[in-house]
Amino acid sequence: MQEVKRVSVREIVAERKSKKKLFGLFKLSRGKSVWENIIAVGLFACSVFSVLVTLGIIITLFSETINFFSRPEVNLWDFLTGTNWSPLSSSPGPENFGVRPLIRGTLMIAFISGAIALPIGLGSAIYLSEYASEKARKVLKPALEVLAGIPTVVYGYFAISFITPLLQRVLEDGLGINVSFFNALSASVVVGVMIIPMVASISEDAMRAVPRSLREGAYALGATKFEVATKVVVPAALSGIIAAFILAISRAIGETMAVTIAAGATPRMTLNPLESVQTMTSFIVQVSFGDAPSGSINGQAIYAVGATLFVITFLMNIISDIVLRRFREVYE
Amino acid sequence: MTASVETNGDFKENLGFRQKLGRFFNVLLLICTLVGLVVLTALLVDVALEGGSWIRPQLFTNYHSRFPEKAGMKSGIVGSLILIGLTGLFSFPIGVGAAIYLEEYAPKNWLTNFINININNLSGVPSIVYGMLGLTVFGRMFGLFEPDSWLVKAFNIPVAAGMQGGWQFDLFGIPGLAIQLPFGRSLVAGAMTMTLLILPVVIIASREAIRAVPPSIREAAYGLGATRWQTVSTQVLPVAVPGILTGMILALSRAVGETAPLLIMGAFTYVPFLPESVWDQFTTMPIQIYNWITLPQEDYRIHLAAAGIIVLLAVLLSLNTIAVYLRNKFQVKW
Repeated sequence: MQEVKRVSVREIVAERKSKKKLFGLFKLSRGKSVWENIIAVGLFACSVFSVLVTLGIIITLFSETINFFSRPEVNLWDFLTGTNWSPLSSSPGPENFGVRPLIRGTLMIAFISGAIALPIGLGSAIYLSEYASEKARKVLKPALEVLAGIPTVVYGYFAISFITPLLQRVLEDGLGINVSFFNALSASVVVGVMIIPMVASISEDAMRAVPRSLREGAYALGATKFEVATKVVVPAALSGIIAAFILAISRAIGETMAVTIAAGATPRMTLNPLESVQTMTSFIVQVSFGDAPSGSINGQAIYAVGATLFVITFLMNIISDIVLRRFREVYE
Repeated sequence: MTASVETNGDFKENLGFRQKLGRFFNVLLLICTLVGLVVLTALLVDVALEGGSWIRPQLFTNYHSRFPEKAGMKSGIVGSLILIGLTGLFSFPIGVGAAIYLEEYAPKNWLTNFINININNLSGVPSIVYGMLGLTVFGRMFGLFEPDSWLVKAFNIPVAAGMQGGWQFDLFGIPGLAIQLPFGRSLVAGAMTMTLLILPVVIIASREAIRAVPPSIREAAYGLGATRWQTVSTQVLPVAVPGILTGMILALSRAVGETAPLLIMGAFTYVPFLPESVWDQFTTMPIQIYNWITLPQEDYRIHLAAAGIIVLLAVLLSLNTIAVYLRNKFQVKW
């Protein structure tokens, strides 16, 4: 007599479960064709690719950075605290590799461009979200977003062909203040303009997410439109607005071409925006443009500077993400 | 709620002043909004005035020259076009694949969450960092194919020294399927760098297009017994494709304007020939423009650069027009 293999329902379920657990990520199960599973794995691989990109960035930047710091000519402490950045000198030593002038230049441009873009961007956002008619909004918003689509090299050109001569005419000819051709202010102005759309569009999204009922409640209490906008809508959307600010500043810090073209390549510890400075990004461009061989000290220095830049912008992006998640006011 | 309307004795109605303040604020906000537009107009007018008369046939038919009157950006235009073609080719499958996984397949767990956060963060990484990534991973491949690397010694790989060196062979021995390792300063290396740069944008845009397809469509397909992939490939994707393509073109137009990553990766500023294969050196429009801006003569720095910018902006405008056309023509309203 043939032996009948008895399988309880429970066993079948258990078997399926174990199979699912094995590949919990893809929802694989029996009854599906192999093709289905191959596709699921392939699609999963595509999305994991983005994680590999991040890993690639970290490995690339930090492995070369470690090589850089293991050279006798440099050390980490002088790199972080030194105030002299002159890596192109003939016999560079630790005193030539202080990154602070580059950070100072970067932060100065980020700060001034922020001072321009944050109020203007926030004002535009309030206008578009609270004041503009639907018709005006449909014209103004895309027009503002064109600013974000213009290549950064074009902004660099605009800085040296229009903004710098304008500054020179107003400040130098008018007030007698010396303005060098490459200066941080001109770069800051164009970077500021460049990040206006970013501030405006993220803040506006946050403000439009504030429910109508909140505004109506305030109006019912007798508030004017100005009061509703500044005392109800802006505070309610504050997490989104701050996130927009942080992202915009982080974008200004990472901005490369406009700054390289307009701000020059003179690393110095200055607070005068009318002098030429050098940012972290423009140092990287300067060295790459000059074709430093891969094993040379400058070829490695760009990775150390790049890693510094990456860490700063990465932290800012994380903070903005946390602000957005943690402090968001949730309405129904 | 964060709003506070004071109701104690200090509150003065003073409606006239408050209304006036409101009107003042209204004007102030309008000015804020117009600042951006005024600058945009100034930029366009400035470029048009400086470069308009330099838009001449030589700009499109000549290479860079020592004489501004003869200089053109032929290799830049061709380089940019091939580069975005390749970038589209590389980034489309990966970006759309990732978007399909995240929208249609991904379970709600820590890994999916992590991938999401990761993609958001990638979109905030400065473009210059991608240039350094591309230089190291694609351009030099960590120096693995240099004559003295452990890999070359271990496997006895026949590498050539020098700039255009490395390991050259035909894939699977098929002539024509040439491969060059490392990728060096080739179009392939540039396109791969650009792919990494625009990938987050492509993924985010494709996800939005896929999400816009209503769940009822999927449920109907499942109800008829379709598998997940059948549902996605026959129902969701055909409807989402216009949206995906729109996002793709917008992402590529960002790639067209990027300068820094390619500069870092080692794209040349002076390329007096057209690329014959994807392994050739290249230059792009923004790099050509940057090169002109850095030259001391005013004809290059101001006029020729402006002419180049006009061509670049024209390309961007046409790409955006195509994207808007696609969206309006094929968009399905539910």
